[in-house]
Amino acid sequence: MKQLDLLPRLGIRALDVLRGMGHATFFVIDLMRNSLSAITRPFLTIAQIHAIGNRSLVIILASGLAVGFVLALQGYYTLSRYGATASLGLVVALSLVRELGPVVTALLFAGRAGTSLTAEIGLMKAGEQLAAMEMMAVDPKARVLAPRLLAGIISMPLLAAMFSAVGILGGYVVGVLMIGIDPGAFWSQMQNGVDAFDDIGNGIVKSFVFGVACTVVALYQGFEATATPEGVAEATTRTVVISSLLVLSLDFVLTALMFSAPG
Amino acid sequence: MNKDALVQLDHVTFGYDRRRVVLHDIAMAFPRGKVIAIMGGSGCGKTTLLRLIGGMLTPTKGRIMFDGEHVNPRDREALFRLRRRVGLLFQFGALFTDLTVFDNVAFPLREHTELPPLMVRDLVLMKLNAVGLRGVAQLKPADLSGGMARRVALARAMALDPELIMYDEPFAGLDPISLGVAANLIRELNDATGGTSLVVSHDVRECFKISDYVYVMSAGRVVGHGTPAEVEASEDPEVRQFIRGEPDGPVKFHYPAKPFVQDLGLSA
Repeated sequence: MKQLDLLPRLGIRALDVLRGMGHATFFVIDLMRNSLSAITRPFLTIAQIHAIGNRSLVIILASGLAVGFVLALQGYYTLSRYGATASLGLVVALSLVRELGPVVTALLFAGRAGTSLTAEIGLMKAGEQLAAMEMMAVDPKARVLAPRLLAGIISMPLLAAMFSAVGILGGYVVGVLMIGIDPGAFWSQMQNGVDAFDDIGNGIVKSFVFGVACTVVALYQGFEATATPEGVAEATTRTVVISSLLVLSLDFVLTALMFSAPG
Repeated sequence: MNKDALVQLDHVTFGYDRRRVVLHDIAMAFPRGKVIAIMGGSGCGKTTLLRLIGGMLTPTKGRIMFDGEHVNPRDREALFRLRRRVGLLFQFGALFTDLTVFDNVAFPLREHTELPPLMVRDLVLMKLNAVGLRGVAQLKPADLSGGMARRVALARAMALDPELIMYDEPFAGLDPISLGVAANLIRELNDATGGTSLVVSHDVRECFKISDYVYVMSAGRVVGHGTPAEVEASEDPEVRQFIRGEPDGPVKFHYPAKPFVQDLGLSA
């Protein structure tokens, strides 16, 4: 009897998943449409760039520096076996601008700004602030969510760029100042090997995509959170889990598309 | 259809799902310029009724008309047009916690009008003065008591001088002084603006004092209505039990359950 129950249960579950995906798709379309109109009110977006971007700076810069230090140490260890330590600057820069900058920034962003967005929107919902806004004939998606989405999209590439820049400085400190690699070789190898379009450009595209993904997930989870303390806590956790998995899988897809054909 | 009514509910039934029907065949008409009270015990569907009128919920059956226009939550543009003419005071205020008191009251003015900042300032201070809270304009909602937050929410609800103001439990949790002031304020505001007020409450004394017409609800149904004097004189057992606050009567205090001794494991 229980085995017979399994099929309808699976069907119900599958329908729930499909319904959820449809709901999320409509949410994203609606949000994107509202984001276009939010461009006409830049002050709302600027305030959110401060809240999302500026307040994430410390963790992004500190992490970038630490990653740069470690990259330089590990890179030097490997390169020294082949007598190619002069390429350390290139290795550090490519690792950062192509992969670590966008990916680690996105993961940190999901943990720092994403959770904050979900909790803020979820608590606004629990406190009936979103309902009050609706009753005042103001669409919360346009007034609250859209400026946050634009801020997330703008902030992420900038944060990733700063992460990479500080990481390269960290690599310089360890590689040149501490280990003693020739500074001319460090910078010139980097200058010759890093392509503005293929490497830096693709890194920016990645962080832009991650910015959209992380911010949309955070806003959706907050907006759809059950309006209770447990509901907001669960939504916040889901934001980190879904954003992290999404960033890692999108990174694989984007890397395959961008860097699979050398030259 | 009653043409004098600003809001009319035609046989409205609503349930959150098929098993949980909250309102059964509600028929009401709220005349313009009056204070109407909807009274009933907790969980009788009063707040749900307000949300239906505000278009936050869709009736399962029946329809709601506002000034001759169908309140249809699916037509967002028409709904938002209608909501600009309606103010709703939420039970706990629902103030925006990231904004100051001043900015909370200014919010609807800034969103819906092109008024210059100086005029917005004057209007906000006038509204705050009406609720006696001009002095807290620069505080955040977290710095206010519950009663003060609700008065600020009232100032915000009336910022655009709506034709209909709906009050969800405006007297709950207020001290006796604030309670009397709030009740008088609702009446005075209604008379001064010529608007229509809908007060949802279970406070019999204050509602009878300020309202022109009263509906009494029980378990999602209208069990009595009339002027406060008519309702007070009602012979309906449910109405009588409610207005006299009697513990025993047609409305049971206990939620249906199996016998207590059985729950305690004492039965044979």
